[in-house]
Amino acid sequence: MTSATAPSDLAAALGPTPRLERLRWLADDTLTIAWRFLASMVRMPESIVFSAIQPMLLVLLFRYVFGGAIAGVHGSYVDFLMPGIFVQTVSFGAMVSAIGMAEDLQKGVIERFRALPMARSAVVTGRTVSDLTRNVFSVALMTALGFAVGFRVQTSALGFLAGFGLLLLFSWALSWGFALVGLLVRNPETAQLATIPILLPFTFASSAFVPVGSMPGWLQAFAKNQPVSAVVDACRALMDGGPTETHVLVALAWSFGLVAVLAPLAVRRYTRIA
Amino acid sequence: MPERPAIEVHDLVKVFARGRVRALDGLSFEAGTGTILGVLGPNGAGKTTAVRILSTVIRPDSGRAAILGIDVGGDPAAVRRIIGLAGQNAAVDENLSGRQNLQMIGRLSHMGRGPARRRADELLEQFELTHAATRPLKTYSGGMRRRLDLAAALVAQPPVLFFDEPTTGLDPHTRQDMWTWTERLARAGTTVLLTTQYLEEADRLADRVIVVDHGRVIAEGTPAALKAELGATVLLVTLEDHERARDAAALLETVGSRPPTVEDHVVELNVDNGPRAGSEAMRALDAAGIAVLGLELRQPSLDDVFLRLTGRKAEAEPGARPLAAAPAAT
Repeated sequence: MTSATAPSDLAAALGPTPRLERLRWLADDTLTIAWRFLASMVRMPESIVFSAIQPMLLVLLFRYVFGGAIAGVHGSYVDFLMPGIFVQTVSFGAMVSAIGMAEDLQKGVIERFRALPMARSAVVTGRTVSDLTRNVFSVALMTALGFAVGFRVQTSALGFLAGFGLLLLFSWALSWGFALVGLLVRNPETAQLATIPILLPFTFASSAFVPVGSMPGWLQAFAKNQPVSAVVDACRALMDGGPTETHVLVALAWSFGLVAVLAPLAVRRYTRIA
Repeated sequence: MPERPAIEVHDLVKVFARGRVRALDGLSFEAGTGTILGVLGPNGAGKTTAVRILSTVIRPDSGRAAILGIDVGGDPAAVRRIIGLAGQNAAVDENLSGRQNLQMIGRLSHMGRGPARRRADELLEQFELTHAATRPLKTYSGGMRRRLDLAAALVAQPPVLFFDEPTTGLDPHTRQDMWTWTERLARAGTTVLLTTQYLEEADRLADRVIVVDHGRVIAEGTPAALKAELGATVLLVTLEDHERARDAAALLETVGSRPPTVEDHVVELNVDNGPRAGSEAMRALDAAGIAVLGLELRQPSLDDVFLRLTGRKAEAEPGARPLAAAPAAT
């Protein structure tokens, strides 16, 4: 099977890898790792069903339970609500990154990866790319359901697609952050618990479900100036109408800013672990 | 130019838990190309930590190690292209099938899609897993899992392999299979470092054995030399009256290859020829009027090696730990 090679030949043959080759490996390995998560998701149809149920329930509950009671919104509540639900869904969906990362650490899959000649950062980038793919499906699913319960895009198809793209970018930023959480806590149960105190305040103390103006002053200060609100406002402007430019710029700044900070932190944490 | 050993380890130190656990404490050894080195030691001796450092999973606090002349700390990326890792901590994806796991590893080793697929099928065939190739791993039995684990280490046909306790918890039949495969690899020129808690396993497979305790080597040699030092067989004499145990031990001094040890009713001896030593012991004790309840002969275990080398029983200590907070229950 394997022939013994003299050490000296080997060291020479394994000289430094060119930069371009390394970049190609990073891309290849990222896709392989992303494929790994998507392939294992396909093998667990029940998990796809259950992860789809939560956003669907949220759409229905908010639409019909709160829809009547929440007044003071111009236009229809369902049009106001849907962008908020989209952002909330991708935010809670990012929890999977934290749990999955911690699980891989605990089970020893990462141990195996670390002994392979793959690009090290691909373990984290692959995770975030698979999350991105998953989010495309979950937002598409919610859009379909939204249409069924009366959601209409008031602007244009282009506006809707722009909002869709912005959502995905923001979800990608969150994946990095939650992957970092998983790498820090190293235990799937703890990882899940650790994401809740981050997710609840940011999604609920935001413009996702109610106009920020209805909150007390001190809470408004937070709710107006945090990333979830920024992305919700931008999506709402793009899909529902109103001035878009400032909202979109602020949302883009938040999203790119989060990626710029969280991605290097997550990769660094991964390479330094243990 | 004289050939360098395939694995060279010099004075490795690794400390965990903010200095409270000294997993490796100046570990040094070598393994020749194409040989099987057995690393024998109890839980927590530092075996797994050593394997994790040599396979570039973690870095040592100090010391050096080289695989086929390539420094583990200096060029870990190159080292990863010439090693394979199988064992208790290196898992595969539970939800993927056996074939998918092997293909994934092939692609992460940059073999290319086609060759990765062919290699996966070849290994499934070789390890008799073709019938389960498309089933998710969580449906595999313990033995099948271990075979896939071994196959995973062989995907890129690395010239150096690390097997971390490859047969712990396996049934005797699968253990035999693992031994056969390991021997076959070594015969084909692969260098294998194998950690184990079983003296029998090291004896059967290894060309040379190092015994590790508290993160350092406390004995080394061929399995035959280690056993010769111990005496090939352990003879246990159970007495009726434990107060006569000292007298019995004194009488049996000449029967064993080392001074006997006494524990309560039992006198323990290391002997070269079990049956002959047994009857000699019976005659001597009979003549002295010391009543014997039982005689037992058995192969020396790791415990015996430890007792001889350190004067204490091999005990588990909190040393090695996986990357995560809680160990995997596989």
